[in-house]
Amino acid sequence: MPNSPSDTPRRITVQRQGPLLVEGPVEIELEDGSTVASDRFRVALCTCRRSRRFPWCDTSHRARR
Amino acid sequence: MRETFRGTRHPMHTDREEPSLPSPRGPLSAAVRDHLRGTGPLPRPEATASVPAWGDDLQLALYQCYELHYRGFAGVDPELEWDPGLLRFRAALEERFLAALRAGTRVHDTVEDAVADLLVEPVDGTGVSHFLRDKGELWHLREYAAQRSLYHLKEADPHAWVLPRLWGRAKAGMAAVEFDEYGGGRADRVHARLFADLMTDLGLDTTYGRYLDAASAETLATVNMMSLFGLHRSLRGALVGHFAAVEITSSPGSRRLAEAMRRTGAGPAAEHFYDEHVEADAVHEQVVRHEVIGGLLEEEPHLAPDVVFGIDATGHVEDLLAARLLTEWRAGRSSLRAPLEEDAVRESAAHTS
Ligand code: FES
Ligand SMILES: [Fe+2]
Ligand SMILES: [Fe+2]
Repeated sequence: MPNSPSDTPRRITVQRQGPLLVEGPVEIELEDGSTVASDRFRVALCTCRRSRRFPWCDTSHRARR
Repeated sequence: MRETFRGTRHPMHTDREEPSLPSPRGPLSAAVRDHLRGTGPLPRPEATASVPAWGDDLQLALYQCYELHYRGFAGVDPELEWDPGLLRFRAALEERFLAALRAGTRVHDTVEDAVADLLVEPVDGTGVSHFLRDKGELWHLREYAAQRSLYHLKEADPHAWVLPRLWGRAKAGMAAVEFDEYGGGRADRVHARLFADLMTDLGLDTTYGRYLDAASAETLATVNMMSLFGLHRSLRGALVGHFAAVEITSSPGSRRLAEAMRRTGAGPAAEHFYDEHVEADAVHEQVVRHEVIGGLLEEEPHLAPDVVFGIDATGHVEDLLAARLLTEWRAGRSSLRAPLEEDAVRESAAHTS
């Protein structure tokens, strides 16, 4: 089993608007098979696909006026 | 009679390694300097009524008082941090400043309204980061970094004071964000350190306090406001609102500043400081909104108006600074009170290539 059963579940916070919030550290596999990692205490993953720093949220999901 | 509180262990002790006292900008800042040097009495608190609240003299007087809580000044007894006479005088300066902040600040009705306005990105923004992205030259970026170094070399420090005043979710969220600001336990990633590296790329002197004499009154006011909110438990709601406003607006602004650094070839550390803030503050914004503001108002709902005030006051002091910088730069003038030294490295490179 890849994950130790003693690990507490990793919390992911979901919102209708804006990024997924995931407790770090994380390693993300991208479509091309490459990986990016972050050891921040929490990371914001882009769900709107507009981020210029994808997969990280860069607040491009915000409304513009 | 001069009233001075001194520590019991040392009859007189002075900080030697710390930044030097700034040049005074008027009677109040001169009196504070003399008091810190032990060579002159403080004026009566009423004297603070005679100078403009947003002006150089009052802002520098207040800045000197607050700096004793951070790193102090060379040749100044560190126990003066708790000198009753100085604290009384500081209280008079704070009263003027706080009144000016409250008078100048447009205040939203609710926290939700205030936050919602920050979450909308203007399509045709006209702020300092827009100017720097579109038209900024290296000398503008160097001036901007010199001005901002007053905060960024103590980045996150004024906000750490709020931690003992929070509980539960608000405390945990605030501590987590501060941990990230302090490099997540890695000295080379402390944001103040990343800013010093940016300054090196820009050929600036990274010595703490080096550009205090050069900084505008408007810059002093932005830092004084953080110190005011951070040092007073009674203003913890305003500190939280202020911090939220900084974190929410930072990510898009940092992107523009990163673009400015790239376009001008400022250097990799200069780009990295702002790139890191695009990413970090997209996270910090979420934590501060949901955990820190949310947690604080769950515990202390009566602080909502203070949170709104902190958000709106931040917008106000930033607008005043932006107006100052853009007025000078659009007229082709320096925004600084003292010219920057030539960048020795870049100069010699320019002559030899
Ligand atoms: S969700 Fe924030 S940029 Fe996409
Ligand atoms: Fe930061
Ligand atoms: Fe931040």
